Amino acid sequence: MTWLGDHLGDILGLTVRHIYLAGVPLILGLFIALPLGWLARRYKGLYPVLIIGTGLLYTIPSLALFIMLPFLLGTKILDPINVIIAMTIYTVALLVRTVADGLGSVPEEVNQSATAMGYQRVRRFMSVELPLAVPVISAGLRVAAVSNVSIVSVAALIGVEQLGSLFTDGFDRAFLEPIIVGVISCVALALLFDGAILGLTRLATPWQRAGEGSS
Amino acid sequence: MIRFDSVSKHYPDGTKAVDELTFEAPTGQITVLVGPSGCGKTTSLRMINRMIEPSGGRIWIDDQDTSTMDETELRRGIGYVIQHAGLFPHRTIVANIATVPRLLGWNRARAEARALELLERVGLPAGFARRYPAQLSGGEQQRVGVARALAADPPVMLMDEPFSAVDPVVREQLQDEFLRLQGDLGKTIVFVTHDIDEAIKLGDRVAVLRAGGHLAQLADPAYLLAHPVDDFVADFLGKDRGYRALSFQGSPAFSLTQEQTVPLGATPAQAAGAARDGWVLVVDASRRPLGWIESGRVKSPIKPEMLHRGGTVATVGGPLRNVLDAALSSPSRRGVMVDDEGAFVGTIRAHEVLAEIEERARPELEDQEARA
Ligand SMILES: Nc1ncnc2c1ncn2[C@@H]1O[C@H](COP(=O)(O)OP(=O)(O)O)[C@@H](O)[C@H]1O
Ligand SMILES: [Mg+2]
Repeated sequence: MTWLGDHLGDILGLTVRHIYLAGVPLILGLFIALPLGWLARRYKGLYPVLIIGTGLLYTIPSLALFIMLPFLLGTKILDPINVIIAMTIYTVALLVRTVADGLGSVPEEVNQSATAMGYQRVRRFMSVELPLAVPVISAGLRVAAVSNVSIVSVAALIGVEQLGSLFTDGFDRAFLEPIIVGVISCVALALLFDGAILGLTRLATPWQRAGEGSS
Repeated sequence: MIRFDSVSKHYPDGTKAVDELTFEAPTGQITVLVGPSGCGKTTSLRMINRMIEPSGGRIWIDDQDTSTMDETELRRGIGYVIQHAGLFPHRTIVANIATVPRLLGWNRARAEARALELLERVGLPAGFARRYPAQLSGGEQQRVGVARALAADPPVMLMDEPFSAVDPVVREQLQDEFLRLQGDLGKTIVFVTHDIDEAIKLGDRVAVLRAGGHLAQLADPAYLLAHPVDDFVADFLGKDRGYRALSFQGSPAFSLTQEQTVPLGATPAQAAGAARDGWVLVVDASRRPLGWIESGRVKSPIKPEMLHRGGTVATVGGPLRNVLDAALSSPSRRGVMVDDEGAFVGTIRAHEVLAEIEERARPELEDQEARA
């Protein structure tokens, strides 16, 4: 295990970059998916278009997307922004449906009474629909987080450094240790993301646990 | 006052949910819209606060045409209660009640103080304030729903089957408290139900609708029971109309028959001495009636479990229906009458009540004719 000891600093740096490349798109993707999900919910005709359309995005192979984006956007091939954008696309692909279904899970009588009390559309969305959709959206976000942590590692093939670089490194030198360390780090990172989302969700939804104790 | 002026709602698929509906809901009174499912009650109600826009006609609140008012402002001035309460699951009870005051821009402290006041008003303990709706029973949630609708003290309340989803015992409690509350507040209320008994009980005026939102008859409950305008209304009112109509007739000062009563613990000899036609009434220390007992069967000092519990009790001056029922349900055939404190004052026989009913004229066919 001397390799691990010698490279602890490098591994930490790669981990931080991995968090950045997987985490920032998660947040960007969520913010883009919120209005799209709302539109899909609001206009019945848009629902299939948006759900199938964004769903298809997820089927684009990640390597192809990483390589195509610099051509489409005119960015440098090694620029991490390509990875950020690609991962944001995947996040949106996973979350639009989640957001739409989350908003759909808000009981109709709750929406009706909000309207009847004089909530205008935006305020109703922010203070009634969105908070109530949090449990469903959070479940989707956990899937997207794990998926991001996993897909980002492919970016090592186009030279954007993160934990995936340990795989290419180990492969090039026919050396197992970095690969094992990389896999374990990725799993740990996925668990970290998952735990963080779970924790934030619990904080945001005290009401979800309220019914448990009584009746 | 809320006034419907030839209001219609036609959906694009051709459904005429409401057709040329015209009626008035007077200020400070409960106007009930009742009719079979799908006859357009909810649609009519929601057109008042413009959750549904009419396809024709106008709705006035006092002298304002609602279609010219700002939607949001209109709604914040109208309390709205629905079947499953529709509370916000993610907000505490006090926050739920404070919703409209907060929307109106009250500061948090004032809105909360008002919410706590209303919590008490609808008969819920202050300890519920920090709970979430999921921690309350259906009936309690419904009370919170009423409190929330009242929070900003709107002059108008719309209620859509608010008590339909709770069990019959709780429903009756909620209805009674609702009437008591309305007695204090005097709101202008439009109340929707499919339950004719609820309509009769709660309405100052009852509008019977038939499919397609047509007004079949609008009258006060007693008149409706006495003079249904057609077979549809008569069938909808159901059986026992003559009997139910007695609910709306106060009783005169009947001359009651005095009874010798006995207390609990009375001996067989005491019971036999006080009995008339074999039955004697047992009362408690405040002379409140406990039940009848057949003197012939008293073999030991009278204990509570020996009493006949079947008879109902009527209050002097109360509805004729209760007086007649007290007589009809009494094992001794003598109806037990009490005063406002519940103390026994005397008995009455069914034929005496019937004689009074026969003396009376039926509610007059005044100017209450249906406007359908
Ligand atoms: N959005 C809609 N499109 C078409 N028909 C509707 C719509 N909403 C309600 N209806 C119809 O209008 C009629 C009246 O509905 P509603 O007012 O809800 O009845 P109620 O409250 O008396 O049960 C029903 O026949 C219902 O099917
Ligand atoms: Mg309805």
